[in-house]
Amino acid sequence: MAERGGRGSGGHGSLDKSITLPPDEIFRNLENAKRFAIDIGGSLTKLAYYSTVQHKVARVRSFDHSGKDIENEPLYEISVQEEITARLHFIKFENTYIETCLDFIKDHLVNTETKVIKATGGGAYKFKDLIEKKLGLKVDKEDVMTCLIKGCNFVLRNIPHEVFAYQKDSDTEFRFQMNHPNIFPYLLVNIGSGVSIVKVETEDKFEWIGGSSIGGGTFWGLGALLTKTKKFDELLQLASKGQHTNVDMLVKDVYGGAYQTLGLSGNLIASSFGKSTTADKEFSKEDMAKSLLHMISNDIGQLACLYAKLHNLDKIYFGGFFIRGHPVTMRTITYSINFFSKGEVQALFLRHEGYLGAIGAFLKGAEQDNPNQYSWGENYAGSSGLMSTSPDVYPMQRTRSGTFDMLEMDRLERPLVNLPLLKDPSTYIPDTVDLTDDAMARKYWLTCFEEALDGVAKRAAASQPDSIDALERAEKFRQKYWNKLQTLRQQPFAYGTLTVRSLLDTREHCLNEFNFPDPYSKVKQKENGIALKCFQSVIESLDSLGWEERQFALVKGLLAGNVFDWGAKAVSDVLESEPQFGFEEAKSKLQERPWLEDSYSQWLERLKEGPPHKCALIFADNSGIDIILGVFPFVRELLSRGTEVILACNSGPALNDVTYSESLIVTERIAAMDPVIQSALREEKLLLVQTGSSSPCLDLSRLDKGLAVLVRERKTDLVIIEGMGRAIHTNYYAALKCESLKLAVIKNSWLADRLGGKIFSVIFKYEVPCK
Amino acid sequence: MEPLRNGGGAEEKPRRRGAAADAGPQRRRSSAAAGVDSATGPQPHERGGSASRQRRDSVRKNRPLFPWFGLDIGGTLVKLVYFEPKDITAEEEEEEVENLKSIRKYLTSNVAYGSTGIRDVHLELKDLTLCGRKGNLHFIRFPTHDMPAFIQMGSEKHFSSLHTTLCATGGGAYKFEQDFRTMGDLQLCKLDELDCLIKGVLYIDSVGFNGHSECYYFENPTDAERCQKLPFNLENPYPLLLVNIGSGVSILAVYSKENYKRVTGTSLGGGTFFGLCCLLTGCSTFEEALEMASHGDSTKVDKLVRDIYGGDYERFGLPGWAVASSFGNMMSKEKRESVSKEDLAKATLITITNNIGSIARMCALNENINRVVFVGNFLRINTISMRLLAYALDYWSKGQLKALFLEHEGYFGAVGALLELLDSA
Repeated sequence: MAERGGRGSGGHGSLDKSITLPPDEIFRNLENAKRFAIDIGGSLTKLAYYSTVQHKVARVRSFDHSGKDIENEPLYEISVQEEITARLHFIKFENTYIETCLDFIKDHLVNTETKVIKATGGGAYKFKDLIEKKLGLKVDKEDVMTCLIKGCNFVLRNIPHEVFAYQKDSDTEFRFQMNHPNIFPYLLVNIGSGVSIVKVETEDKFEWIGGSSIGGGTFWGLGALLTKTKKFDELLQLASKGQHTNVDMLVKDVYGGAYQTLGLSGNLIASSFGKSTTADKEFSKEDMAKSLLHMISNDIGQLACLYAKLHNLDKIYFGGFFIRGHPVTMRTITYSINFFSKGEVQALFLRHEGYLGAIGAFLKGAEQDNPNQYSWGENYAGSSGLMSTSPDVYPMQRTRSGTFDMLEMDRLERPLVNLPLLKDPSTYIPDTVDLTDDAMARKYWLTCFEEALDGVAKRAAASQPDSIDALERAEKFRQKYWNKLQTLRQQPFAYGTLTVRSLLDTREHCLNEFNFPDPYSKVKQKENGIALKCFQSVIESLDSLGWEERQFALVKGLLAGNVFDWGAKAVSDVLESEPQFGFEEAKSKLQERPWLEDSYSQWLERLKEGPPHKCALIFADNSGIDIILGVFPFVRELLSRGTEVILACNSGPALNDVTYSESLIVTERIAAMDPVIQSALREEKLLLVQTGSSSPCLDLSRLDKGLAVLVRERKTDLVIIEGMGRAIHTNYYAALKCESLKLAVIKNSWLADRLGGKIFSVIFKYEVPCK
Repeated sequence: MEPLRNGGGAEEKPRRRGAAADAGPQRRRSSAAAGVDSATGPQPHERGGSASRQRRDSVRKNRPLFPWFGLDIGGTLVKLVYFEPKDITAEEEEEEVENLKSIRKYLTSNVAYGSTGIRDVHLELKDLTLCGRKGNLHFIRFPTHDMPAFIQMGSEKHFSSLHTTLCATGGGAYKFEQDFRTMGDLQLCKLDELDCLIKGVLYIDSVGFNGHSECYYFENPTDAERCQKLPFNLENPYPLLLVNIGSGVSILAVYSKENYKRVTGTSLGGGTFFGLCCLLTGCSTFEEALEMASHGDSTKVDKLVRDIYGGDYERFGLPGWAVASSFGNMMSKEKRESVSKEDLAKATLITITNNIGSIARMCALNENINRVVFVGNFLRINTISMRLLAYALDYWSKGQLKALFLEHEGYFGAVGALLELLDSA
């Protein structure tokens, strides 16, 4: 395949047919692959398999300090261990490559337990013998529609920005929607050669409620007859250049110029092809293709609306090869739905629409592994992302043919659920700024991430001084993330709504991809050790203050701690160059009150006048000074007031954010020094939990189930969110059912400027839900 | 960015005939009372000519002046109904102006006018009483593109000198209004298309078809052997879904003679069938297209459920014979090369017809109406479509919906226009 796989029906030039990536980068982790599924459509094949990925994770382990000199030992031991996680691979390619691909798979398939391949799609029958011969697996056919719906439910549940509306004439071509916590019921309109309209009510309950024979096959078949153009994509190309008004009879053609008197738009089509009712006129291919496209799109939209009305449904997802990423058809369908529903229903599309059948077939075959029991997350490092095929969006983009598109889903260790305290889970949007929408902010942040990349790569390499290939891997990481950033510059919608969070998460995924599970582990270890040594003196000085003074000092300490953020370039530069930069220096950097966002007085009033909170949930940010000298004294004060505290830290590493396992060790150390913390731990008034996340940001709709249970059990009535990533980039506008504190120091001058402040401006947002 | 155009139109303003329209004499459900003499009202036009030109009889009876026409100018066809009075007295005959007589003779003694005008003799309604006059109602059609010639003829025959009102409906009433005025010195009385359509349907059904039923249906539509056309009594017509298939399609829900709404429409209509047939087969007339279709086999062109699943798709209860993808087989080059023009014409007809049936069925369900009346010239000499509509409605609704048809297919708008003329008197 390296010598170019294009021996199918060519005609398109060899360039299109070349495989753009080496096969081992396409069919990844084949060695451990099992549970194959394949969906063969009219022109594209989608392959799915389950595999396990062995990758390195950073572990921290407390030393046994008995009889040792604590002073000169590191706080804890860091080890890198191998961990095996489950990953789903989905690969989409043109049918012409099927034989080459099967050969490659056969050569690399080590797992001999696999006996069966699940197959679906119209082409499954045609290629049955080939697959059985090549792979030596028995082909087990699954119902197309069942697979489609299973796949659809899966992506709706597991990919937050799966659904989008198409808006051609706006700045953002794709408008993503947060998934509604309740995905059912919905209407799936699958436009293949014909149209199937399926009502989906629950995971297992769906019903074919109707259909139409006028679909993609009609466009293709009738289009080929009318224009002598053979290929579907070429027909769409023709259509996008045509003028349908030369072929269609419009209302104004029937009414003359007087249609205004009717309240009808004269441009409405009265009769499709109504002007071609003559034998002696020639019509251009483009015009006929355009007219045909409108006729079919309008008809499908009309029927979809009629069915939606009859069944009282307002979510309509469109899929099938007629839609599959084609801006032309998404546009006409969107128009039609808007027209026939009078704007009441929005046509919705799915980012992974092409994979639904393969995902569903795979799930059918994997039922014994219970994949629906887990939460899954899209791996940005290994997924190609959505590509617009609109030529005016990105002229340099890869062509549709000759490319391999990939989707990888990682099984998450823990099931994720909504924070029960969200005011309205169905309207919650974690991210504060939509970079797909905000071109200026997008430009800034992409550049910002580009500029920080060399430093991140350097730190990654430095974090593994004993590894001989660390430099090489760091370079690969740099290249990969750089490419992602370039893709996102051209196609900001590739992975759903582009946000600072998604940029950060993508970087984490890329780091993990090249086995840099925790580049800041050493930094964190050192900083935790240093901060612990200062803990007692900080507590003593706090305890010497009067009540009101102390409250302010606690908040200031929390904010100063938050300055220690290796993710912020302004800070990391300081930390690199001034090793003595400490807690007091950080305090002096802080903006004086009144802060940029300042409801401290209300907070103080609340502490003074109100009863103690029942239970506070705190989302911690950084390791070291932040958690130890900022958060813990604050926690201690809450505990002293009789408020229980749930301290939530990330499950996996991200930047220098404190992880759950680090927080366990740190807490243990603090407890050894501090009786308040110690007794709170013993009496389970201080609880440490993990968030389920490995992101420097915070998505309150995807949190560890254990955390959610605890929050409910303890009747949590205060949520404290700390740090730029969690309280500004995300959740700045998040509305909760209970009181909340969002606090952060703005360590980025551009962002500060945007919010109307300067670098090191303070956000202190105390919110009480309106009754 | 060129805005997207759309089909059919879906404006859904409920339409109730206003009080003004109701002031005129209402049609009655018994034919005898159709002409109401006692109604008083202004003359339809103010351009009073000299007294000698006023035909006394008409004035006395508050009837409009002869000739009585109703005109429906559609996107493709012009439908003209003409009332030929058969009770003309000798005195009247004597007074009848020459050009009025010549129009009457010309229309009633010919069955074809020019190269394209046709009188549908078989539809003629005999011995009708309208506004107290007895006569025959004639049904004439010609292509809309011959409209200028028609106006020209009116001008040559000094139609304007008759001081009659020409009531017209359909889009062409607007489009050609100016031409009527400038070329023919004629002032059109423009009438609402849907008002006229419903008025015409209810009237013709009430008078019947020369002693026979105007409305009919197909019994056993799902059984090719036993399928037969039978009369249907539409005495209590409401509510009904009225599907008018002309060049495009309009779908109306009718709850009473004054209360109806346009539910939706589709641009896939008779014009689409004919237009696509012209492109695909090179035919040049609707009749030719239908003739070809009657000899074709659409299953060579369409992809059926059984072509994909080998038989029925049981998971969804879809029969193997159902069309899965119209023109779906034409995706393949080999199959494109092996089909005949007749097959393509048939497939086009089946595609358009099934789609109309499908949209009509969904509208009937949404509006909770179980009688669907199909009218419009697409159905003229088109038994294939009528039987298919009857079959499709019956099959997919499991017998809940009934497809009804009317003998005068496409002429109801023109009839309605004529009735408006008489009502205005």
